[in-house]
Amino acid sequence: MNADPFVIAGRTFRSRLIVGTGKYASNDIMVKAHEASGADVVTVAVRRVNISDRTKPSMLDFIDASRYFLLPNTAGCYTAADAIRTARLGREAGLSSWVKLEVIGDERTLFPDNEALLEATRALVKDGFVVLPYTSDDLIACKKLQDAGAAAVMPLGAPIGSGLGIQNRNNIEIIREALTVPMIVDAGVGTASDAAVAMELGADGVLMNTAIAGAADPVAMAEAMKLAVEAGRLAFRAGRIPRKRYASASSPVEGLVGTPRT
Amino acid sequence: MQIRLNGELVDIAGPMTVSALLAHYAIDPRRVAVEHNLVVVKRAAYDETLVKEDDEVEVVNFVGGG
Repeated sequence: MNADPFVIAGRTFRSRLIVGTGKYASNDIMVKAHEASGADVVTVAVRRVNISDRTKPSMLDFIDASRYFLLPNTAGCYTAADAIRTARLGREAGLSSWVKLEVIGDERTLFPDNEALLEATRALVKDGFVVLPYTSDDLIACKKLQDAGAAAVMPLGAPIGSGLGIQNRNNIEIIREALTVPMIVDAGVGTASDAAVAMELGADGVLMNTAIAGAADPVAMAEAMKLAVEAGRLAFRAGRIPRKRYASASSPVEGLVGTPRT
Repeated sequence: MQIRLNGELVDIAGPMTVSALLAHYAIDPRRVAVEHNLVVVKRAAYDETLVKEDDEVEVVNFVGGG
């Protein structure tokens, strides 16, 4: 029995690392990276089928649905209406009512439109969805989403795909303390230490795509992320020491060789 | 007759079910979701849902994403 289970909406997951399926050089590398990551949830996007060219294999041919829980996203949606529409199609395609809800407000930063996000969250919760909204590292936005029925909230660490790491550690910590639903840091991770930091700050999970898919060796980076998420979680639960400005010796100050006996 | 399929105007032989439309384009129905005039069509209803002239149909699937 896991003493520290990761539970969202009553469903328990083995790994606190959620990974994407985008931007991989090949499906083969993606499969190996997913394996190395230890993740049991993978995100997917919902897009039009290419009507004129049916020769390309489906990505689903490469994902073992008995092993991975597919989490459809609404990436690329700029209005609540489009996000709701996409979520409903994703539910039908995946036969699960879970959605990683994105309503983007700005093309350059891909920052969320929290007003539209809240509207879409309310509508989808009412429609029976388990909603995991991608939002700002903003306490008020996160609280409103929780109140609207979000099963977890997913504040960003930094802009999507930026690899900048957790930009506002204090906000992430404050959000975690204030919420009762799980908080998953989504976006901004660049390397393993960023994932560890997110977990050390108390995040219940971390979601990433580019940091793994875009690494020179995605399979090795996936394993690094797995270890970082585990290490960060363990450190959070272990309880870190307070920060102090000056030194505090680890070795005894008495009994030093060459000092006069007092 | 013409319908709008995934945003494009296409010609099909005549009114047909969603099942027939997917078969016409060699699309595996288990891998997609279909919207007909802005309403999601349940898989169980593919055989009964009729696509008619000027209808709008969206056929989507999962692709890589974060």
